[in-house]
Amino acid sequence: MNVRALNFVGLAIVGIFGLAFLVLTPRFLDLDAVLELTVYMIMAILALSLALVWGYGGILCFGQSAFFGLGAYTYAIAMFNVGESTIPFMMAMAVPAAFAALLGYFIFYGRISDVYLGVITLTVTLILFNSINSTAGPEFHIGAAKLGGFNGIPGIPSLNIPGDKNAQIDLEGMFYLSTAALLATYFGLRLLLASRFGRIIVGIRENERRAELLGYDPRAYKLATFTIGAALAGLAGCLFANWGSFVSPTIFGLAQSAQIIIWVIVGGRGTLIGPIIGCIGIQWLSASLGANQPAGSGSWASLLSNAPLILGAILIAFVLLVPKGLLPTLGDWGQALLRQRAREAVAGVEPLPVGKE
Amino acid sequence: MEEPLLETRDLSMHFGGVRAVRNVNFRLAPGELRCLIGPNGAGKSTFFKMLTGQLHPTQGVVLFRGRDISRAQAHEIARLGIGIKTQVPSVFDGLSVRENIWLSASRIHPGRRANALVDEMLERLGLTGAAQRLVGQLAHGQRQWVELGIVLSTDPQLILLDEPAAGMTHEEVNRTAELVREINRSKALIIVEHDMQFIRMIAKQVTVFNQGAVLVEDNVENIMRNPLVRDIYLGKQAAA
Repeated sequence: MNVRALNFVGLAIVGIFGLAFLVLTPRFLDLDAVLELTVYMIMAILALSLALVWGYGGILCFGQSAFFGLGAYTYAIAMFNVGESTIPFMMAMAVPAAFAALLGYFIFYGRISDVYLGVITLTVTLILFNSINSTAGPEFHIGAAKLGGFNGIPGIPSLNIPGDKNAQIDLEGMFYLSTAALLATYFGLRLLLASRFGRIIVGIRENERRAELLGYDPRAYKLATFTIGAALAGLAGCLFANWGSFVSPTIFGLAQSAQIIIWVIVGGRGTLIGPIIGCIGIQWLSASLGANQPAGSGSWASLLSNAPLILGAILIAFVLLVPKGLLPTLGDWGQALLRQRAREAVAGVEPLPVGKE
Repeated sequence: MEEPLLETRDLSMHFGGVRAVRNVNFRLAPGELRCLIGPNGAGKSTFFKMLTGQLHPTQGVVLFRGRDISRAQAHEIARLGIGIKTQVPSVFDGLSVRENIWLSASRIHPGRRANALVDEMLERLGLTGAAQRLVGQLAHGQRQWVELGIVLSTDPQLILLDEPAAGMTHEEVNRTAELVREINRSKALIIVEHDMQFIRMIAKQVTVFNQGAVLVEDNVENIMRNPLVRDIYLGKQAAA
């Protein structure tokens, strides 16, 4: 089977599995489980945004949560002022994208090196955290929306069917919407990466100087990638604000930023499905560990219920032992297996005198 | 005299107190093939970097087709028609041979025509069989070919080759010389090279760099006979 056919089969599997998951889940699981899965879907969109920016664009952004949080806050603030969700939904993507375009302009056109890019993006998200965190007083409001400081913004109105503000989307609807948004993001990114633009950004990741000497302006391509990634993170943020009807400054925090990077490292850079699996797997694991209250006073029980500790160990294990991430490593194994099969097939035709001494 | 394709006036590059290139006045006619020789550290690579926008000169100007490009960005110069093959092959290691050439062809032919051009180029370089292999897994000589293919596919008017024969087998050197002569039928070339045998195969006019400045410029026979050149450069090689 050639590469193109394999690609097609992969796409078909994801499509069929995704649709089946979308349609069947609410029929077979109770609402609690559906709610839990909804947030996994939303976070998977966030993981995809970094999979594009870092995995394909080669831009190690430590502040993807800044765009995620901006999306959530933009949606919340706009919702309290507008009331109908079409414009707030658009703004939740447009505002983070515009912010990323501005920030990225200075980063990329100023030719700031990769390490400093990480430092700057991380700093930006922490600045946002601190700024929003200190807006608790009633004097901090944008229009009708009180910012709430460290208390966050509760009671955010849900998305509605465009044009009809009374037709609000219910909890099950949120699951459908989030899953559909994840599938749309996945297939949209596949299209983008197969396009000329997508191939060029991968070329720039592989060898920026060479791309430049061929006549491509890496600054423009990186800025575009960074901006698209921010818009996707904003979309995830908007859905997240809907999911809990609540948003607080921890969305900008260090833990949130680090998590996104861990999802991509575990799942594998340079793939899209990998970070989705990494994101869902790690969230599921954190949820199960967190739910396990220490059953006894045994040291093992209390150790195993310490989610951050286990996650930290997983991260270190991946960085040291599976640096390419889950999916690319599985792919390598699969290829090695195929090659071995091919060799055995050849050996079967012409028996080699092996092991007969 | 004919309007030169490329001209530098008083071109200099200083790194702190080090004057890597000093007051170079250089002219290249359209369609010309020129070889640059000189010992290591003579400023040849720095000179190339200034011609391609990777470094901006401390002083002086570079004119390409009459236009001042001394302050232009690397990608702008590439778009004006200067291509470079660097000393250590600069290719897209994680991508296939085909994808490497496509990235280059696609810059000038964004549509479907790029694919046809890629096929042509693979054929021309004898890389059709290796089209799907990752460039990072190829032997050094083959990676050199890939880079040459990348450079040729953007269809530049002037091609800079930094030691194209380095690390190649005797047979590959012959093939490279043949290719260089073929390229020169339609394009101007500047070639930095240490291999004198290779230079004899291709060169007409030679410029000798020494300590950042142009020492002498003449045809290849006279350069070989020039005692000064033998002394600083060829003598060393003969002794080695």
